[in-house]
Amino acid sequence: MNAEAMSGYNYAYLDEQTKGMIRRAILKAVAIPGYQVPFGSREMPLPYGWGTGGIQITAGIIGPDDVLKVIDQGADDTTNAVSIRSFFASTAQVATTTVTQEATVIQTRHRIPETPLKSGQILVYQVPIPEPLRFMEPSEAETRTMHALEEYGVMHVRLYEDIAVHGRIATSYDYPVKVEDRYIMCPSPIPKFDNPKMDDCPALQLFGAGREKRIYAIPPHTRVKSLDFEDHPFEIQSWEEACAICGSRQSFLDEIITDDQGGRMFVCSDSDYCARCVREQEGK
Amino acid sequence: MYVAVKGGEKAIAAAHRLLARERRGDESVPEISLEQIRRQLSLSVDRVMSEGSLYDPHLAALAVKQARGDLMEAIFLLRAYRTTLPRFGYALSVDTSRMHIRRRISATFKDVPGGQVLGPTFDYTHRLLDWGLAGSQERESQTNAPAPEEIEAVDATHDFMPRVLDVLGREGIIESETCETDPEPDDLTREPLTLPAGRSMRLQNLARADEGFLLAMGYSTQRGFGNSHPFVGEVRMGEVEIEFVPEELGFPVTIGEITLTECETVNQFIGSGDARFTRGYGLTFGQGERKAMSMALVDRSLRAGELGEEMRGPAQDGEFVLYHSDNVEASGFVQHLKLPHYVDFQSELALVRGLRKDAAGKEEDHER
Repeated sequence: MNAEAMSGYNYAYLDEQTKGMIRRAILKAVAIPGYQVPFGSREMPLPYGWGTGGIQITAGIIGPDDVLKVIDQGADDTTNAVSIRSFFASTAQVATTTVTQEATVIQTRHRIPETPLKSGQILVYQVPIPEPLRFMEPSEAETRTMHALEEYGVMHVRLYEDIAVHGRIATSYDYPVKVEDRYIMCPSPIPKFDNPKMDDCPALQLFGAGREKRIYAIPPHTRVKSLDFEDHPFEIQSWEEACAICGSRQSFLDEIITDDQGGRMFVCSDSDYCARCVREQEGK
Repeated sequence: MYVAVKGGEKAIAAAHRLLARERRGDESVPEISLEQIRRQLSLSVDRVMSEGSLYDPHLAALAVKQARGDLMEAIFLLRAYRTTLPRFGYALSVDTSRMHIRRRISATFKDVPGGQVLGPTFDYTHRLLDWGLAGSQERESQTNAPAPEEIEAVDATHDFMPRVLDVLGREGIIESETCETDPEPDDLTREPLTLPAGRSMRLQNLARADEGFLLAMGYSTQRGFGNSHPFVGEVRMGEVEIEFVPEELGFPVTIGEITLTECETVNQFIGSGDARFTRGYGLTFGQGERKAMSMALVDRSLRAGELGEEMRGPAQDGEFVLYHSDNVEASGFVQHLKLPHYVDFQSELALVRGLRKDAAGKEEDHER
């Protein structure tokens, strides 16, 4: 995107009225953790389903002093992350970084960085389907009522059925959580490996679903509990392998197919974390 | 050994250059102009304006050109531009009975005040490829052009043409749809869809909806999934004036003229002693008869609940229709599946491998 194409647009693309509307929705979302706030989602110059919710939140909160990091699948260099980062670099003239600790705003798709977040940072999630009950109840009118009445029986039944059929809960990503003991919430399609990072997180977590026109939030230091049963406690994925680049055994690993003979290797999905581990080892 | 997926930035830039080259195509063929698109592919332009919900033939032509003729992509381009425009206010409701008619037909009466006007329509053409258009068609089009008196005849007679349904309305035999006031309509592009949606929000949604989707939905009602027994009371197409009341003036001024296609259907009656027909309504920018008719069918079928009809088809389900009608939303979400899903897939892989391992372990135990 060149400067000429973006001239004539407001700072961070959206007009100030729209940003105000988004900020009001965010405030409401922060006041009611885990509750999905409907908002007047706008058509963005990027397609629905490609992060328009996250982009609108970022556009609503970003300022010239911010430092923006954008990741997709944990990495800064995946094509859509590159595209969103360059969108804000040109529309908001904002500094960008790939380093988790340096960022004030981190927009993410499908991962929470391995490096622990700190107070003052904002993590903006891109959300495809914000409704945790959607695949049990397709009607939006119905699911909103179920949330209002805290009628979450179907969710527990679904998890129980998994255990009855598979011997374990067969959800590996977008694993439902309960926020501050009230609302059941979609954490967006992050691997359940990342779920524990949401609990008592010092950073503000904001969730934007553009196509579905919903914003929700987890304020700093909020209780976020992954749903489970006493006799089937929640557990996260683990790997027998270590990262082939940095050797980490603590991070979420992506599998890379190396040949057509079944050869494969595992590397960190969080490219910034992986690079930091390598630097630290070289420093030693 | 490990080839990381680096260099996304360079790859994107290269892809954009390739796209630009493909868009232009063979440079020995002259570049197509926006005027050519606007004048000769006018139905493409009309569709893009309708579903893009922005009446600007020039920008719609630009979008069609930039999108290489992909109309959904063009609609998306126009929508993304439209959201950035400031709002000055609402125009007065257009009065389609004052439409400068170019086409007007009724299927309910053999003759109606103002008569039947076929106008420029594909109806009754034999769909035979016209080889004359393949070569130099200038001569052809000149011989086929309407005689000046034909154009004049239409111009002179049809400046005021009462709507067929208004004629029925005077008899009280069809439900009335007049509104004493002119309230501000709902606006989907500023407020999220809430359910159950009011009629103005439904109609706005349908006006922006994908033509193919509406066609299929309307068609499904005709095949038994919620029939509403429609008759086409009227289809009309032509130009209407847009009037606006600037605050500082306090009286309406004409700010322009747009082309519209309107369809009103006469449907399944309600009551018995006081039996009255019901209505469906469809409206598009430009010439968009197929869509206007489909829209009228779907508008009517979405009233099933309000009219106490049995719900038997998806076209009667407001949530189903209104949430899935928008092609910009649908196209984005379907195509987002192209984005990387390494992390989610890795999670599923681990899960499936785990399940298989559990099962293999159990079998061994069993054999022992």
